Amino acid sequence: MKRIINLTINKIIYEHAVEVNTTLADFLRYELGLTGTKKGCDTGDCGACTVILDGDTVNSCLVLAVQADGAVIETIEGLSNEDGLHPLQQAFVEKGAIQCGFCSPGVIMSSKNLLDKNDNPSNQEIREGLSGNLCRCTGYTKIFEAVSSQCSDNKGGSHGKI
Amino acid sequence: MEKFDVIRSYAPRLDAPDKATGKAIFTDDISRPGMLYGAMLQSPHAHAKIISIDTSKAERLEGVKAVITSKEAGTIKYGVSPARYDETVFATDKVRYVGDEIAAVAATTLEIALKAVDLIQVEYKVLPAVLTIEDAMKEGAPQLHEEFAGNLCAEVHQEFGNVEEGFKKCDIIKTTTMKSKRQDAAFIEMQACLAEIDRRGTLTLTTSSQVPHYVQRTVAMVLGMDVGKIRVMKPYVGGGFGIKAAANHQELVCCILARMLNKPVKMNFTREQVFKYARARHQFTHVITTGAKKDGTLVALKHECYLDGGAYTSFGIATVYYSGALLSGPYKLPNMSYDGYRVYNNKPACGAQRGHGAVIARAAFEQQMDMIAEEIGMDPMELRIKNMMNAGDTTCNDLNMSSFGMSECIEAVREGSDWDKKKGTLPKGKGIGMACGFFVSGAGFPIYRSDTFHCTVICKLTEDGGAALVYTASAEIGQGSDTAFAMIVAEAIGIPLENVRLASGDTDMGVDLGAYSSRQTLMTGHAAKEAGEHVRQQVLEVLATQLNTPVEELDIKKGFIEFKNKTPDFSALRTRYIKEHRGWTDNPDSEKLTFKEASRIAFLEKGSIVGTGKYRPHWLGGKFKGAAVGTSPAYGCSAQVAEVTVDIETGQITIDNITDAHDCGKAINMNSVEGQMQGSISMGIGEALHEEVIFNDKGEVLNNDLAEYKIVTSMDMPPVKAIVIESDEPNGPFGAKEVGEGAIMPTIPAILNAVYDAIGVRISELPLTPERVYNAIQAYKEKKSA
Ligand code: FES
Ligand code: FES
Repeated sequence: MKRIINLTINKIIYEHAVEVNTTLADFLRYELGLTGTKKGCDTGDCGACTVILDGDTVNSCLVLAVQADGAVIETIEGLSNEDGLHPLQQAFVEKGAIQCGFCSPGVIMSSKNLLDKNDNPSNQEIREGLSGNLCRCTGYTKIFEAVSSQCSDNKGGSHGKI
Repeated sequence: MEKFDVIRSYAPRLDAPDKATGKAIFTDDISRPGMLYGAMLQSPHAHAKIISIDTSKAERLEGVKAVITSKEAGTIKYGVSPARYDETVFATDKVRYVGDEIAAVAATTLEIALKAVDLIQVEYKVLPAVLTIEDAMKEGAPQLHEEFAGNLCAEVHQEFGNVEEGFKKCDIIKTTTMKSKRQDAAFIEMQACLAEIDRRGTLTLTTSSQVPHYVQRTVAMVLGMDVGKIRVMKPYVGGGFGIKAAANHQELVCCILARMLNKPVKMNFTREQVFKYARARHQFTHVITTGAKKDGTLVALKHECYLDGGAYTSFGIATVYYSGALLSGPYKLPNMSYDGYRVYNNKPACGAQRGHGAVIARAAFEQQMDMIAEEIGMDPMELRIKNMMNAGDTTCNDLNMSSFGMSECIEAVREGSDWDKKKGTLPKGKGIGMACGFFVSGAGFPIYRSDTFHCTVICKLTEDGGAALVYTASAEIGQGSDTAFAMIVAEAIGIPLENVRLASGDTDMGVDLGAYSSRQTLMTGHAAKEAGEHVRQQVLEVLATQLNTPVEELDIKKGFIEFKNKTPDFSALRTRYIKEHRGWTDNPDSEKLTFKEASRIAFLEKGSIVGTGKYRPHWLGGKFKGAAVGTSPAYGCSAQVAEVTVDIETGQITIDNITDAHDCGKAINMNSVEGQMQGSISMGIGEALHEEVIFNDKGEVLNNDLAEYKIVTSMDMPPVKAIVIESDEPNGPFGAKEVGEGAIMPTIPAILNAVYDAIGVRISELPLTPERVYNAIQAYKEKKSA
């Protein structure tokens, strides 16, 4: 059975008919072609499918698309624009925080949400903010460096949010 | 010191911008119009006879396009080592583990395919199952494979030197037994594939693989097709760690369905299926006896090992050899014997995982090194320095150390960890421990017997002269090989990295054995270097003729032509180039002649400038049985110090920090080398402290998800100091060798030695769960008070 949903994804408004049992992850990936959001388990354990929904991170494999009716969603595709990479993405590139890259969209969305809420997280807060995102390649070390380079204290004193 | 312009730097990876923005394409991101979805029926029993299979109900379900069993798929045997092909696409007579493949469906949606799988009716006669090595080896135990009596999949018996005689000369002899548990590689991208066939009969398989080349050969063999009619491509791959280093059932099933239906078919493993398919690190039991003299000189090693293999061989023959062979280094050890047994049982097959075969052996042996050091009152670092090999040494089993920065590694971690100050002075409950590592830099031989080159690389200059395009069949699986090869080509030609574009992971681009045995940097790196040098030479030759200058006078550096003596007048060339480019925006404005101009002129004279490179190791290794395993053109080595805190009341271990040094030869990309070290450490910590695939008595995996199978998270990862040691490897491209697998070697024993330092108890079984540690402490206390 399908239902019509309205939602905003990366500032674009969508009206779409979806099966009631389709997850948000599958909806994004297979119906909208936003394949930047990854699936590493489909059971809410890996965080690869992390997106920001109404200002909070969620595992999109655990949310039904119909539950996102009316929501404002940010996915990895919404972070960069014509001018280039988001500074956080740039930091991931420069610090070598990406290896296979399968976890990266989820890790970056969690980091973005963390920095949106707190522009100067401590190292411990960064660890906690990323605790739902598994990465098997990097040992997290360079991920921590990338996120921490975007803390306001480490950005030459600029306190602007990123 | 040789000056490099591109390599030995911290280069951002070529693929990172696409991966950071979600644009990088992985297999499951690809869809095709009219694509079908495949799903497999897998055995619910660990051991059962198949009496009958009825697919009629499934076939009648609307949307189902095909249901196949061994009738359609055939019974051609395949596997990893040609010496032990023991698998068929589908089980025919019986199933041997929970998950053994029986049938598959293709349907218009995944939902229908899964429903159809449920409708396939199989009548089984359940057989008694054996789930442990001990049960499998008992007299009269149920047999998995008729051809292999006693469930013995493979055995190895080797002796180098004379161990008995050696022990007679020893003052100290230590025997210990060490047990590990089965691992899962827990890469984040689950296996996925997409097969499609074109009107001319070419089958293209896009798959999450580390080894397109071997997958291509296996598909050809199992489907009975010409190799030339099969193209295997891997897009970006979300990690593999060894498990994706062979063709899996899903890939074969997907190809069979696509060929049969003339439609694209996609298949994905669920996370549960990743655990069912397994092929990860074996469970090992090592019994090790080491003998040394009072002064610490190692004399002899007697080693016995049992591998819990699961239902099929997979990489197992190589694994059982590796487990023994790689203990001959990094220390001088004149006498070594090895008896290895790989045993079948009714669990999923184990295979190769990062540090293939050698990780637990290393963990056991490095603990014995510490025990010997303690007994003779020597610092563990000193004992290792006393015994380590040097460049030029050969082990008792004929492995040759062409470069060996072992002492630099030990000194680096000694200093980096403040060892001298901390060792022996930490309070109870806190400990510091160290260990060394040793690994091959690429397997010396292909998995099948062949004189093939192990890799080929093509480099073509674009006709405008602006870029070098590199084509390689090698497998970027996250380790950074694409970037490393682009850097190597840039260095070889003498142009900036930004002027190199690279495409990889496609069997149409050449031969490359793939990403396993820590081989790509050294091996494909050689081919990449040769291909770059080949185009460089062609450009310089044209230039030499055009400018009437001897070719030896010419050089290319940072994208410019350098003239060793005087600069000839090249204005005619420049004018010609500019005329060619009327209306273009990229006219040269430098004083120097650019590579771009030179390469355009070369094109005008010769047509497309194409360079080729290839690599095959020189003949390696001894003549004894099994000598092929362990031989390599070079060996990586490492040293590591771990600091831990053990809560004596609960047994909980916290890793406080790790200091690691790895000799990777000349580092191509520092970023990637450090990344491999840090990633290896996180995997090693997981294996040491909590990773274990747990089965129930029916042979089902109990913790088949990433919540219950616990890998290291951002909360567990300690601070890591990664120190890159650069020896100059004569057999490596620009002096480079491995880091990807060898880096995992020292982590587990360094932690074990640190835990001993903290609590005074040796724990002989992994993982070091709080319960196990607590019990060990209690047992030790009781023994002491008794
Ligand atoms: S795919 Fe959603 S948490 Fe793993
Ligand atoms: S980079 Fe591979 S899982 Fe994180």
